Amino acid sequence: MTALFGIPIQALLGQLLLGLVNGSFYAVLSLGLAVIFGLLNIINFAHGALYMLGAFIAWIGLQYFGLNYWIMLLLAPLCVGLFGIVIERLLIRHLYKLDHLYGLLLTFGITLLIEGLFRSMYGVSGQPYATPAALQGGVNLGFMYLPIYRAWVVVASIVVCLITWFVIEKTRLGALLRAGTENPKLVEAFGVNVPLVVTLTYGFGVALAGFAGVLAAPIMQVSPLMGSNLIIVVFAVVVIGGMGSIMGSIVTGLGLGVIEGLTKVFWPEASNTVVFIIMVIVLLLRPAGLFGKEK
Amino acid sequence: MSRQFIGYLLFAIFLALLPALGAYPIFVMKVMCYALFACAFNLLLGYTGLLSFGHAAFLGGAAYATGHSLAVWGFSTLGGLLFGTAVAALMGLVMGGLAIRRSGIYFAMITLAMAQMAFFFFLQAPFTHGEDGLQGIPRGSLFGLDLSRDINLYYVVLAIFIIGYFICWRTINSPFGQVLKAIRENEPRAVSLGYNVDSFKLLAFVLSAALAGLAGATKSLVFVSATLSDATWQMSGMVILMTLIGGLGTFTGPVLGAFIIVMLENKVGEFGRTLSQLTGVQWFQVLGESVTIVIGLIFIICVMAFRRGIVGEIGYRLRGRKA
Repeated sequence: MTALFGIPIQALLGQLLLGLVNGSFYAVLSLGLAVIFGLLNIINFAHGALYMLGAFIAWIGLQYFGLNYWIMLLLAPLCVGLFGIVIERLLIRHLYKLDHLYGLLLTFGITLLIEGLFRSMYGVSGQPYATPAALQGGVNLGFMYLPIYRAWVVVASIVVCLITWFVIEKTRLGALLRAGTENPKLVEAFGVNVPLVVTLTYGFGVALAGFAGVLAAPIMQVSPLMGSNLIIVVFAVVVIGGMGSIMGSIVTGLGLGVIEGLTKVFWPEASNTVVFIIMVIVLLLRPAGLFGKEK
Repeated sequence: MSRQFIGYLLFAIFLALLPALGAYPIFVMKVMCYALFACAFNLLLGYTGLLSFGHAAFLGGAAYATGHSLAVWGFSTLGGLLFGTAVAALMGLVMGGLAIRRSGIYFAMITLAMAQMAFFFFLQAPFTHGEDGLQGIPRGSLFGLDLSRDINLYYVVLAIFIIGYFICWRTINSPFGQVLKAIRENEPRAVSLGYNVDSFKLLAFVLSAALAGLAGATKSLVFVSATLSDATWQMSGMVILMTLIGGLGTFTGPVLGAFIIVMLENKVGEFGRTLSQLTGVQWFQVLGESVTIVIGLIFIICVMAFRRGIVGEIGYRLRGRKA
């Protein structure tokens, strides 16, 4: 068996893939945070809870309504997005004129509420979610065994991220959005319904979280607490990458996932904290973040 | 001024008499610890305008440091309390030093991430005993008082609370505190007036961390234990809520807020059972197990409709009437 630095190459590649899977979640979630922050200027603490909501909706769909994975992969983000739109219209909307910190506090409260509700209904233990039949098993690539579902998560996430990037950077709709980020008043003067754009953006951002949740359902246990620990890591990812660039969020998310995976091989004790340590280093060397612009 | 002083004096006497009036000392001590914690937090958010989402790290860190120094190194009680406070101050220096490199929303995220890092450290480090936490921390004695008796400890905690509160009060009512408020109101202007804003922010952060640490150290004496739950992000959220519900940037608000939240945590189960009897809705029975829902709801209500907090709202009404 071949080995690298005394670690079997198979184990190394396995952890690398696992890192990529985690990185995909970081990328999709931090992308959603960045899109929301760009237009709404709030940090959506509820992002982790909505990711959990997406996973739970998928689980509920299968458990009670017999709706399979593929339907829920579309339906769950839609539900989460609609839920987000309701939250935005009812609550977040009223805080735009205030300090941005209130947005963070409000979404923190929403997080506690959603998590508390699911905990009182389903307890803290995780619910298993079977991998869809078409994506079960794996392929032997000769140098490693590739579980199909994990590969699917990485590919699907990257595709969704790239589509989002394309829409925002290359289409008319995206141009509108970017203009709204720069100067909402001016865009409104051109006859664009900015409040509607804001609402839809929030809905889209959280739908991304819901999508990640469905992707995560078969690999992670579907539990009410699955989002809260993830979101803090994603915050660190956002601090490292800076929220200025869409591509930056994607690259940083994936990259940090890989680093985390490799840390699990070489220094397992530090795998929980490596992202935070990198955050500290980045703050010391480049306070605005890797892709951020100093304001 | 003098009327305010008499008010505080009366309140202190009231607190001193509480055990004699039949209040459960441990409960009041718990409230005082959290009140000090919230006051320390308020120093930062209420008066300097910095939202730290990581204050639990100081509470938990100091509790572990005090517990370990008392139980394993055999420190005296006073030494243990001071050591815990010093550890929290040091953590504050590191965390604050990094976090003030960014402002606003990033500041909150950095403090949260750093506190989570501390949490994982406490989870994995051998001296904290992981999920079990430190148990059976010896309270020892202070100035000849045997602290293993709750009533003796009560007066020590009361003294610590008054000292901590006084430090907060003195800080705000000093030229230093005026500069902090100036930074909160308009940072660029404070810079243009020649103040070294970063060092002021850092000092405020360290002071707040140290006081939060003092609260955590005291708490570890009260409960003779130090557990992981003190260092979780939920605890950081809790102290924000205490301050918010009482009134940001008011002196008495955080104390009131701490009382309300501790009360709520203790009584929400009873309240739920009463509510379920009254309304016949079964679900209220489980309210006690889901304090988070209630806390989350209060959070949302506070942010949406009650941003001045209780004390802030009263102050606003009183001033409005005078004008």
